Amino acid sequence: MTTDTQMAPAELGESIITIDGLNKWYGQFHVLKDIDLDVKRGERIVICGPSGSGKSTLIRCINRLETHQEGSIVVDGIELTDDTKHINDIRREVGMVFQHFNLFPHLTVLENCTLAPIWVRKTPKREAEELAMQYLERVKIPEQANKYPGQLSGGQQQRVAIARSLCMNPRVMLFDEPTSALDPEMIAEVLDVMVGLAEDGMTMLCVTHEMGFARKVANRVIFMDGGQIVEQNEPEEFFNNPQNDRTQLFLSQILQH
Amino acid sequence: MTDRTRIPLHRDPKFRALVIQILALAFVVYGFYSLFQTTVDNLVARGIQTGTSFFDEVAPFQIGFSPFFDYKLGESTYIDVFFVGIQNTILVAVLGIVAATILGFFIGVVRLSPNWLISRGALAYIEIFRNVPLLLQIMFWNFAIFLPSLPAPKNSIEMGAFYLNARGFHTPLPVIDDSTGFALWMAMLAVLCVGLIVFARRAKVRFQETGQQLPVVWISLGAIIGGGYILYLIAGSPLIFDEPVLGRFNFKGGGQLPLPLFSLWFALTLYTAAFIAENVRAGIQSVSHGQTEASHALGLSRKDTVRLVTIPQALRVIIPPTISQYLNLTKNSSLAVAVGYEELVAVWAGITLNQTGQALVIIGMTVAVYECLSLFTSFVLNWYNKRIQLTER
Amino acid sequence: MADVKTFVPAPDRAPPSSAVGPIAWIRDNLFGSIGSSIATLVFFYLFFSYVPPFVEWALINANWTGSDRSVCEANAAGACWTFINVRLEQILFGLYFASNPDELWRPTLIFILFFALLLPLLFEKTPGKKWLTIALLGVFPVVFYFVVYGGYFGISQSNTTQWGGFLLTFALAFVGILLALPIGILLALGRRSELPVIRSICVIYIEFWRGTPLITILFMASVMLPLFFPAGVEFDKVVRAMIGITLFQSAYTAEAVRGGLAAIPKGQSEAAMALGLGYWRRTVFITLPQALKISIPSIVNTFIALFKDTSLVSIIGLLDLLNMAQTTARSMEWKGYDIEAFLFAGFVYWAFCYGMSRYSQNLERKLDTNRRN
Repeated sequence: MTTDTQMAPAELGESIITIDGLNKWYGQFHVLKDIDLDVKRGERIVICGPSGSGKSTLIRCINRLETHQEGSIVVDGIELTDDTKHINDIRREVGMVFQHFNLFPHLTVLENCTLAPIWVRKTPKREAEELAMQYLERVKIPEQANKYPGQLSGGQQQRVAIARSLCMNPRVMLFDEPTSALDPEMIAEVLDVMVGLAEDGMTMLCVTHEMGFARKVANRVIFMDGGQIVEQNEPEEFFNNPQNDRTQLFLSQILQH
Repeated sequence: MTDRTRIPLHRDPKFRALVIQILALAFVVYGFYSLFQTTVDNLVARGIQTGTSFFDEVAPFQIGFSPFFDYKLGESTYIDVFFVGIQNTILVAVLGIVAATILGFFIGVVRLSPNWLISRGALAYIEIFRNVPLLLQIMFWNFAIFLPSLPAPKNSIEMGAFYLNARGFHTPLPVIDDSTGFALWMAMLAVLCVGLIVFARRAKVRFQETGQQLPVVWISLGAIIGGGYILYLIAGSPLIFDEPVLGRFNFKGGGQLPLPLFSLWFALTLYTAAFIAENVRAGIQSVSHGQTEASHALGLSRKDTVRLVTIPQALRVIIPPTISQYLNLTKNSSLAVAVGYEELVAVWAGITLNQTGQALVIIGMTVAVYECLSLFTSFVLNWYNKRIQLTER
Repeated sequence: MADVKTFVPAPDRAPPSSAVGPIAWIRDNLFGSIGSSIATLVFFYLFFSYVPPFVEWALINANWTGSDRSVCEANAAGACWTFINVRLEQILFGLYFASNPDELWRPTLIFILFFALLLPLLFEKTPGKKWLTIALLGVFPVVFYFVVYGGYFGISQSNTTQWGGFLLTFALAFVGILLALPIGILLALGRRSELPVIRSICVIYIEFWRGTPLITILFMASVMLPLFFPAGVEFDKVVRAMIGITLFQSAYTAEAVRGGLAAIPKGQSEAAMALGLGYWRRTVFITLPQALKISIPSIVNTFIALFKDTSLVSIIGLLDLLNMAQTTARSMEWKGYDIEAFLFAGFVYWAFCYGMSRYSQNLERKLDTNRRN
């Protein structure tokens, strides 16, 4: 596993995501409580926590797959409200990779990647295909371009999903447990791609249980529980000196293996 | 080693299988043969020689509605009756399929609307029309609603050259007056269509090269309708219209859509649309939520997501049961006998059977027609399923 | 190690009032977008234009009592349901029982017995379901035969042709359902047989009945059935219709059961084989019970279709519920009240079919959650 050496520290730019006093309810259930978060360009953030802690919900709020009732989210200077124009502008700049890949089964790998550039950015088809092939090479599966998702393994599908998001040239990438649905032997190939992205300076928010990845790549680890941010710190401090009992408990549970 | 010991016959599975199958086959064949023989004998005892010779006898009854097939009382034979019946069945089936599909898709989509009121409204429609027998619905519309509220021919509702009364709906029919002019018009229309195809191809290439779209569908529609009319005038207006004229008891001339056909079509459409709507709903819901989420996350608009991601996947699930519903609609058209529409079952297995008593031949042919339609539908279904099979490992 | 703080979770708050509650619901569900708002307004307009006048006509101003149409003619602003009152026995039981009031107890008893046996079966918690089912499927038909058909124990015989109205519809549906299921099960098993002859016979049978309209089959049954047998064998019209409907529906039931059988993993029958169970034991004890449970919704759908299909016998002259509505609408006495007649019959059919449909949906939901556990 490529988790040994720490990466070079991130070169941080100005704020790209600012979340202020975010609160969200599912009906009566208070699922996100007073979240404040500031993400700078170039930051690589790992969010961890027990299931039900609201971490997926948080990042899904950023690209409006979930709506929030209180507080504000500002992405790249655009405030996230019900205004569909704002939402679409934000979604163009924010890429997302899902736990269950969500590739379009009726389109080839290449078509999956060129769909959004053609229809959203109005890129001519040939250009879009060249771009797609570039990213497919980046994720190391250019030879699968004309296959259908059903013909690929889980690890390959997830890499295609990453390439698909990259084809929109996003400023931020969100990862929602990208390796949780993969067989163990395929986790490495996906994490390698994500490490490569980080090395190229991509701003990332990653919800994951892969603590080795966090140690190597993240410049900030956030621990959430019960809808709140409990603790956040640099990885070394976070793993070696957890400052809350909750954090300690969580770390002791997941660092068993 | 020792020889293979013979298995006693009565425990040998291969032998038993063979015996069972031979017995079953013999039973079925004998059963059919004796059934057939008894039927023929019974018919003979009633003075009916089973055969197809009656096909060429002149049919002693009139069939009022036969839009494509000339039927003349006193000249047309029984076999003509058969074909008129098939024609009328296919006509109402096609009309019903088109209308039911449009209505069904509309209601199915409305059923999934985020607006609570109209989504429940669609649900009410589906649950009402699905759970009442079709025959009752046909009778209701024909006898309780349309017939009593439409006037006699003398007092028809007039809409320009169109007349609506209790006998049906009368329309002017186009008749070719100037055949060279008509040919000219058709030729110009053909050129227009070819031009539109070329235009559509060019627009697609342009989109692929530059990413800019043109509203091809709207332009084509406008061109065909507007351009078609202008070309018609240029060709010298080669059609005249045979208008219905009120005679002593009824209208003569023009085209006529008899009320029974309309009632049957109306009821078939409302009934089948309820089932199609359920298929459409199930199909759209079968596309996993993750698909629309991924598409939205990529920045695709609602419209584009529906067009490029949801509909292609939903159609795979919608189309097979909907094709079955088309077959059901066609079979259900046989209820026409309750309102007096002259389709296959009504004129062939109804009137002709009464007149000639040739039960074996007539019912055999009727069943054969529907079985052929059913087989055809199965082929279409299988072909479609193979074609859209998602390629998997 | 630095001091470890104890984490105190923030308390839960209630959501802002603009996000939940009835106003938020109305805003999101009725006026979520411009299109949605327009649709809501159009809906309200149509609803209030048509529904209140209809309810007034059908219920509030309607005529329920009286003995003839004079009541209805006096109050033309309301629907005329009087015919239900006047012709109740006819509509429920047919002409024979209606004209012989001292025989009315026979069909009435049967209906009461039927519902008394059926209703407890519909609830999950009822004890002794097995006995109730045996009573309903085995004992009830026998009682039905002796009480309604009669001819024994001093009860006068009433031929099936004298049954009518809802009694006839019920008889046709009950017999059809009772027989179509076992025949369908045998056909479904036969269709999965490894013996090609058996499989072909079953496939041909199923595809034959599914490929032709029921009305043709009823014509076939009513015209041709007497021809199939040597002269002298009498078939009563109702029995002919029962045979036609049963054979027709058995093909659809077979397909429903086949779907259930296909859903059982092969491992089930393999495990049974490994235990030494023969074909019939495997099928009856292992495969069929599971398959039937899975295909209950589809099977109930075929029953609903069968119930609706019984209305077709009115075309071949049997006096079922639909025919009763028709004759009422055409009679001298009640001429002109077609709408009421058909609405009433339609409502009865709808009530049963919708009831069965809801029951099946509930069952499906219950079975689904069971399986996920």
